[in-house]
Amino acid sequence: MTDSPLATAAARSGGSAPHATPILQLIALHKSFGTVDVLKGIDLKVTPGEMVFLIGPSGSGKSTLLRCCNRLEEPTSGAVVVEGVDITGPKVDLNKARRRIGMVFQSFNLYPHKTALGNVALALIKVSGLSRRAAREKAMAALSDVGLADKAENYPAQLSGGQQQRVAIARALALEPKVMLFDEPTSALDPELVGDVLDVMRKVREAGMTMLVVSHEMRFAAEAADRVIFMDGGVIVEEGSPQEIFRAPKEARTQTFLSRVSH
Amino acid sequence: MDALLDQFFNVTIMTQAWPMLLRGLAMTALICLIVIPLGLLAGIAAALLSLAERRAIRWPAIAFVDFFRAVPPLVLLIFVYSGLPFAGIRPSPLQAVAIAFVLNNAAYYGEIYRAGILSIGKGQFEAARSTGLTAAQTMAHVVLPQAVRNVLPDLISNTVEVVKLTSLASVVSLAELLYQADMARSVTYNASPIVAAAGLYLVILWPLVRLVSRMERRIAA
Amino acid sequence: MGPFERFLDTFFNETVMAKYLPAIIGGMGVTLQLAVLVVVSGIVLGLLLACLRAYRIKALNIAIVAFSDVFRALPPLVIILIAYFGLPNVGLSLSAFVVIWLVLGLTLGAFAEEIFWAGILSIHKGQWEAARSTGLTFTQTLLSVVLPQAVRLTVPPLTNRAIAITKSTALGMVIGLPDILGEATTAQSFSGNASPLMMAAIAYIVLFLPLVVFSRWLETRFKWRQA
Ligand SMILES: Nc1ncnc2c1ncn2[C@@H]1O[C@H](COP(=O)(O)OP(=O)(O)OP(=O)(O)O)[C@@H](O)[C@H]1O
Ligand SMILES: [Mg+2]
Repeated sequence: MTDSPLATAAARSGGSAPHATPILQLIALHKSFGTVDVLKGIDLKVTPGEMVFLIGPSGSGKSTLLRCCNRLEEPTSGAVVVEGVDITGPKVDLNKARRRIGMVFQSFNLYPHKTALGNVALALIKVSGLSRRAAREKAMAALSDVGLADKAENYPAQLSGGQQQRVAIARALALEPKVMLFDEPTSALDPELVGDVLDVMRKVREAGMTMLVVSHEMRFAAEAADRVIFMDGGVIVEEGSPQEIFRAPKEARTQTFLSRVSH
Repeated sequence: MDALLDQFFNVTIMTQAWPMLLRGLAMTALICLIVIPLGLLAGIAAALLSLAERRAIRWPAIAFVDFFRAVPPLVLLIFVYSGLPFAGIRPSPLQAVAIAFVLNNAAYYGEIYRAGILSIGKGQFEAARSTGLTAAQTMAHVVLPQAVRNVLPDLISNTVEVVKLTSLASVVSLAELLYQADMARSVTYNASPIVAAAGLYLVILWPLVRLVSRMERRIAA
Repeated sequence: MGPFERFLDTFFNETVMAKYLPAIIGGMGVTLQLAVLVVVSGIVLGLLLACLRAYRIKALNIAIVAFSDVFRALPPLVIILIAYFGLPNVGLSLSAFVVIWLVLGLTLGAFAEEIFWAGILSIHKGQWEAARSTGLTFTQTLLSVVLPQAVRLTVPPLTNRAIAITKSTALGMVIGLPDILGEATTAQSFSGNASPLMMAAIAYIVLFLPLVVFSRWLETRFKWRQA
């Protein structure tokens, strides 16, 4: 019997001190596309088991920041440190590093030619080097974690958007990452399907997973996040607990943004 | 290395063959001027007939198209050129080439138009008919213009194939580009004239091939 | 003899047909063998080149595009004549069979490369990103995620192109290949009757019509092109 990825995460996170060394750290991160500076020096620490919410207006660089964390975008300068190792360094095995950083996309990006199980198992076989059987078992466990064990043999086209996104979460989860990145995981969903995905994220969080989330689900952020970061124009403007940011934002830009999205 | 250059890129021989090649090129152009417009027109007919509502029209049209897609154009050409005389019909080489290639390309162009027409949504037909246009007017003014635009890369691509196809006319001794080049080869025992002809084909067709690749990429993106 | 009898005698002469049937069947064997060789080697070559092109190595890509462009722009008969009549003079004598195989294999390879490449390009960037984010290498992503999807899109255009190019094996007749058309033209000149040509046409129909009908079925199944 394979332990479910969530159970493993829970076991691993048990007992980690709240102020342990950061699991993910961005240092003076800059990113420009041509002459356009999109990230203008980001410093950020995420500690184990923490759920950090990233909010901010469209075009403020949230997605770019997230994508720099696993180098889907190449940072222009600065460092991305995962478990003490700078993954922007020249000798880093990027593919190995990426296994420790799960990512969930707004548009799911499931492989349409593979079943739900096949989607989850692919990297287990190719990257983790598991046997087909072991990969299947582990993928099944991950699908159970997101409540989709019964859809294992379905193709993405046969699943609802919410189910597809949960398979995508299982795909990332199955690799037992140290930190998971979510880029607007519910923005492409019909309103009535959002709740299922948020439930799964809540479950992942309760298992102690470290999460960096870009989302417009402010109510979810207020309830579940440990920390909320407000970004604008490529810099971190303000950060704090959900109460601090949502109830009493200090910066004018944060206030304007929140008053716009809150109705 | 020298042998290779002498055999394939002998400039002296190429220069000698040049006037012949140009005369051949003129004949190639003439074949194209006959086959391409007629093929494009016959293709529309083939497409419309193979999309007809009535089976008695549709099935023979589809059979016509599939027949000519299954028979190699060279077989068709030789059949027309050296088979028909047995039945007392004696086409000239140019006539034989025109008959065989127009039939062949009616089928190929026809398939392309057909795909184009099928790519146009039913709403376009309905909208046009609702404004009082007849079926024929709808086809001519609403559907076909859009259909042609959708399959333009394929139409150009098939036109490239027609130009390449003209080289087969050499087999029935029609003095087009390849025929002239091969004549020059057989008197000089040197392949350079054919290489020169290849150069001419490239100059004409390479830009079109590039163009099609670009257009297809734009559609894919 | 009435006109109908004369027509039958000219195009469906029983004696002539019976006499040359074995030759035509032999020719079908040659055509079939060549067709299989051309299709397999052409598609393998095209797939290989399209995959190499995905790595975007500048010098290599220029070479691949140049190859593909030249072989798509040149009439195969031109290359066949250069290879068959030119190469022996530099010490390389190839049989008609090998020349046809090589030239048509390369031609199909050139077209297949473009078709596969268009397929690869049509796969959404998100598929690459999702796969890379789970740690798959570029090559693993290409082979396990992108190609399986791309290949599906390429089936209809590739089938059409493969049929058109394998039909061109008939060009072998020009350099004395004993394929269907080669046997038929020989038989025609010996018999002084058009029936062998009719047999050739029928032989090609027998070999290729099923493929044409199959490609029609494929198109309705796979859709012509994604809207
Ligand atoms: N590949 C790219 N090339 C050029 N500019 C880019 C690229 N990707 C992003 N940008 C630009 O960078 C800026 C930040 O983009 P980003 O996607 O990170 O914003 P975001 O905060 O995620 O916005 P949204 O809420 O709309 O998703 C935008 O102005 C965008 O136009
Ligand atoms: Mg974004």
